[in-house]
Amino acid sequence: MLSHVNISLQSLNISTLVPMLIPIVGALFILVLDLFKKDQSKSMYVMLSLLFMMLDFGSLVDFSLSFNTNGTALGYFNMMLIDGLALLAQFVIVGASILFIPLALTSKRFHEFSYPEFFALFLFMIAGFQFMVATDNLILIFIGLETASLALYTLIALHNRSKSFEAAVKYFTMGALAAGFFAFGAMILYALSGSVEIHQIAAVFNADEFANLPFILVAVVFLLASLGFKVSLVPFHTWAPDVYEGASASMAGYMSIVPKIAGFVVIMRLFEFLIQSGVVWLNVVLYAIVVITMTAANIWALVQNDVKRMLAYSSISHAGFVMAAVLIGTTQANSALFLYWILFTFTNLGAFSMLWISRQKNLAPGQSSDHSYNKFAGLIKIAPLSATIMALFMLSLAGIPPFALFWGKIYMISAAVSAGYIVLALIMALNSAIAGYYYLKLIVYMFMKEPEIDIDSKVYTMNGSIALRTIIGFAAIGTVFAIIAVNPLIEFITAFVYNSGY
Amino acid sequence: MLDHILSLLIFFPALAAMMGFVVHKDSAKAYGIAVSIIEFVISLYLWFAFDTNVSGMQFMESISIVPTFGINYLVGIDGISLFIIIMASFFTMIGIASLGDVKKMKNLVITLLFLQMTMVGVFAALDAIVFYTFWELSLVPMLYIIGAWGGPLRIYASVKFFLYTFTGSLVMLVGMLFMAFLYNQATGVWSFSILEWYRLILPENYQLWLFAAFFIGFAIKVPMFPFHTWLPYAHGQAPTIGSVILAAVLLKMGTYAFIRFSLPMFPDAAVFFMFPIAILAIIMIIYTAMVAYAQEDIKQVVAYSSISHMGVIILGTFALNVEGITGSVFLMIGHGIVSGALFFLVGVIYDRRHTKMMSEFGGLASVMPRYATIFGIMMMASVGLPLLINFVGEFLSLLGFYNQSHIVTLLAGTAIIVGAIYMLSSFKKAFFGEVTNEKNRNLPDLNSKEIIALVPLTIIAVWLGVYPKPILDPINNSVKSVVMLMHEKSITEEAKTRIPLLEDKTLMQTPQAEVK
Repeated sequence: MLSHVNISLQSLNISTLVPMLIPIVGALFILVLDLFKKDQSKSMYVMLSLLFMMLDFGSLVDFSLSFNTNGTALGYFNMMLIDGLALLAQFVIVGASILFIPLALTSKRFHEFSYPEFFALFLFMIAGFQFMVATDNLILIFIGLETASLALYTLIALHNRSKSFEAAVKYFTMGALAAGFFAFGAMILYALSGSVEIHQIAAVFNADEFANLPFILVAVVFLLASLGFKVSLVPFHTWAPDVYEGASASMAGYMSIVPKIAGFVVIMRLFEFLIQSGVVWLNVVLYAIVVITMTAANIWALVQNDVKRMLAYSSISHAGFVMAAVLIGTTQANSALFLYWILFTFTNLGAFSMLWISRQKNLAPGQSSDHSYNKFAGLIKIAPLSATIMALFMLSLAGIPPFALFWGKIYMISAAVSAGYIVLALIMALNSAIAGYYYLKLIVYMFMKEPEIDIDSKVYTMNGSIALRTIIGFAAIGTVFAIIAVNPLIEFITAFVYNSGY
Repeated sequence: MLDHILSLLIFFPALAAMMGFVVHKDSAKAYGIAVSIIEFVISLYLWFAFDTNVSGMQFMESISIVPTFGINYLVGIDGISLFIIIMASFFTMIGIASLGDVKKMKNLVITLLFLQMTMVGVFAALDAIVFYTFWELSLVPMLYIIGAWGGPLRIYASVKFFLYTFTGSLVMLVGMLFMAFLYNQATGVWSFSILEWYRLILPENYQLWLFAAFFIGFAIKVPMFPFHTWLPYAHGQAPTIGSVILAAVLLKMGTYAFIRFSLPMFPDAAVFFMFPIAILAIIMIIYTAMVAYAQEDIKQVVAYSSISHMGVIILGTFALNVEGITGSVFLMIGHGIVSGALFFLVGVIYDRRHTKMMSEFGGLASVMPRYATIFGIMMMASVGLPLLINFVGEFLSLLGFYNQSHIVTLLAGTAIIVGAIYMLSSFKKAFFGEVTNEKNRNLPDLNSKEIIALVPLTIIAVWLGVYPKPILDPINNSVKSVVMLMHEKSITEEAKTRIPLLEDKTLMQTPQAEVK
C-alpha cells in the first residue's frame, strides 16, 4: 500500500507558475467573453491580449528582481526552473509578442483576426513557449513545445489562403515527425539515466563517464533533429521558406523570432553538458551544422525572387549564426546569443512589418508573388520614406554599423575569437559578406532601378494604420539607436546568464 | 567649443543632411554649398588651432559607449590626419559647387553630406570600432552615388565596389576583435582604443596573422594589386563627383589605415612583409601603368594612373622610416589634389561631348586653351614634375625606401618614369595636332563654375610643390613619433635595424603591456 505523501503548499512554490498562467487565463477569458457577447471588434481582442501580455511581462520583471536577490527558483515538484535563462527567454518571448500582436490592427480586413479564437490560440501559444523555457524536465519541455506548436499550426492556417493551408499542413506533418523524434530521444535518455530532468541526466552521465556513449549519441541525434527542426537548422530547415511564404508576413516575422528563442534555450540546457563532456564527435557535428546552416542558407537566399522567401532563408542563416553560441559555450557566447536575438527581434520585426503593411489582396500584372523583388523596384521614387526605412532594416540585417545587429554580431564573433574558434569567427564574418549581397539586392531594387510593374503607389502602405506605423517606427528607432541600449543589455544579460551557471 | 570641434566637424554635415530633407529641391544645391563652406571653414579653423609642435593626438574627445566591452567614442587628430580631413572637406565643397545639372539633385547633395560625415569620421577615429563604423558606413553613400547616378553598368559596378570592400573589412573586423581579445588577455580589460593598443607588445607570430587580417581590409580599399579589380569599374561607371571623391579621399582611407594601424601595432610584421609588399607595390606601379597605356577611354587612363600612384604611396609607407612615411602622407594629399582634379577635368569634357573615348578628341588645345593649360599642369603634376605637388611626396617616398633597398627603389623610380609615357601620349592624342573631329570645333572653354573648382586645385598643386613646408612639418612631427614607437616596440633584431632609432627623446611613448 502506498504511504501518504505529505507535501506542503509552501514547498510547491506555486507562484513560479504565475507567468504562464496569466496568458492561459487570458485566453480562457477571451473565449468565455465570446460566449456571452459575439462579434466584437478585433481591436478589443488585440487590446485585451496586449493587456494580458503586459501583465505577464510585469510578473517577469517581478521575478527577475527576486532572481537578482535570491537566485534560481524552483517550484511545482521541482519541475519549474526559473533561472536567468528562463527569465531572459521569457522576456524575449513576451516582449516580441507584445510588439507583434498590434500588427493585427490593419486598416484592411483580414479574415483571421475576426475570430476571437485567433487571440486565444495566440495566448496559449505564448504559455506553451514559456513552459518550454522555464523547466529542465524533458516531459514538460515536450508539453510546452506541443502546446505552442499546435496553436501555431492553427494560427498559420487561419490566414485562409490556399498557400496558408499548404504551409500549415506542411509545418504540421514535419512538426509531428519532430515531436516523435523528441519523444524518442527523451526516452533513450530516460532509459539510460532513470531521470527526465536534464541536470540529473547530466549528473548520471558524468558519474559513469558516458559509459553508454553509442546510445547517448543516438539520443542526441534524435533530439538535435527535433530541436533543429524548431530553430530551422540545415538540414531540418526545409519547411521554413514554404511556411513563411504561406503565412501572413506578420506571422512569418513572429515565427522567425519567438519559437526559435524557445528552441535555443532548450538546446542550450541540453547541449551545455554534452559539449563539455569532451566527446569530440558532438563538437564536430555541431560545428558542421553551424557552418552549413549559415553558409547554405545564405547561398539559397541569393537566388530567391521573393523578398519574404529571402527573409526566410536569411532567418535560417541568422539561426545558424547564433547556434555558434551553443558550440562555443562560454558565458560571453551565451550572453551574445540573447543580445543578438533581442537586437534581431527589432530588426526582423521591422522588416516583416514593412512587408505586412504592403500586403496586397490582388497581384498586379507582371508580379509573380506578393512580395516579389520587382514590386519594390524604384520604391525611392514612389514612396521615399518606406524605401528608406526598409533599407535601414536591410543594412541592419547585413550588419552594417552602427545599426542594431552589428553589435550583436561583433559580440558573437568576439566570443568565438575569445574561445579560440578563430576559423569559425572568420567563417561567420565571411558569411556576413555573402549575406550582404542579397540584402543589397533589395536596396538596389528600391534605390537604383526604375519602377518595373504598373502598381498603385497606395499599395506600399495599404494596410497602414496608426498601430502598424507605431510598431514600424518603434522598430526603426530601436534599430538606429540600438547603440544606446547595448551596454545596459550586455550587463543585464551577462549577469543573468552567469548567475544561471551558463 | 574647441574641446568638441572634432565632433562638430564630424556630425555637422550629418545634421545638415537630415535637415536637408526639408529644403526644396531647387535650393538643394545652394544649401549643400553653404553647408560645405561652413564645414570647410571649421576644418581650416582646426588647422589654425592645431599646435604644430605637438606630435601626439590633439582635440581628443572621449565618451564611453559600451564600457563593459571597452568601446568608446574616441576621436582625435595628429599631423597625419589633419590635412586629409581638410582635403575631404575641401573636395566636398568644390564637388558640390561644380555640380552641373543632374537629376535628383537634392538626393545627391544629401548623400554627399552624409558621405562627408563618414570621411571625416574615419580620419578622426581613434577607437577601432568607431573607425570601423565610419569605414563601413562610407560604403553606403558611395554605393548610392555610383548606383543611382552612374553609367550603364552602374549597378554591377556599385555592388562590386560594395561587396569587395565589405568582405575585406569583415576580415579586418575579426582581426580587430582578436586584437581586443589579446589586449584583454594582457591587461584584463576590454579596450578598442588604438592608443592603448599601441602600447601592447605582441609576439611575432600573432603580429603576422593580425597584420594579414588588417592587410586584406586595407589593401582592398587602397586598392593594391591584385585586389584592384573593383576600382576601374567603379571609376568607369561613377559620375564625376563620385570618381573625384573616391580617388581623392576614399582611397586614402586604406593607405592612412596602414600608417594608423598596421605600422605602429605590428612593427615586426611590417618589417617581415616589407619586401613582399614593396614588390606588390612595384608590380602595381608598372602593371597598371601598362594597362593605362592600352586604354581607349580617357577616364580609365586617369583611373589606372591613380592606382599606379597609390603604389608609390604604399612603397613610401613601407619604407618604415621618417622620410618614407612623411613622403607617403604628403603624397596622399598630392595624389588627392591631382587625381581629384584630373577626374574633374575628364568630367568637364564628358559633359560637353558625352564621350570619353580619346579617339574622338584631338587638337583640343586650340579650341579650349584654358582647359588644356590646367589639364597640362595637372598631368605634369601627376607624373611628378619637380616644383609641382606630387614631386615632393614621390621624392621623399623613394628617398625613404632607398635606405632600405637600392634595387627596389631603382625599379620603382624607373617605373614612375615609364609611367609618364602613357600620360604624355594620351595628352598628346587628345590635345595636340589638328582638330580632326568636327564636333570638337566649337566646344566652349571652361565656364565659371568649373574655374571655381579647378583654379584653387591648380594653385594648391603649384604652391605645395614650391613650398611644402607648412604641411610637411606637422606631418613630419607626427610621423617621427610613430617611427619611434615602432622602433621601441619591435622585438626582432631585423626590425630594430630596419626601423631607425630617433634621437628626439621628447616624443617617446613607452609600451606598457605585453602578450606572452
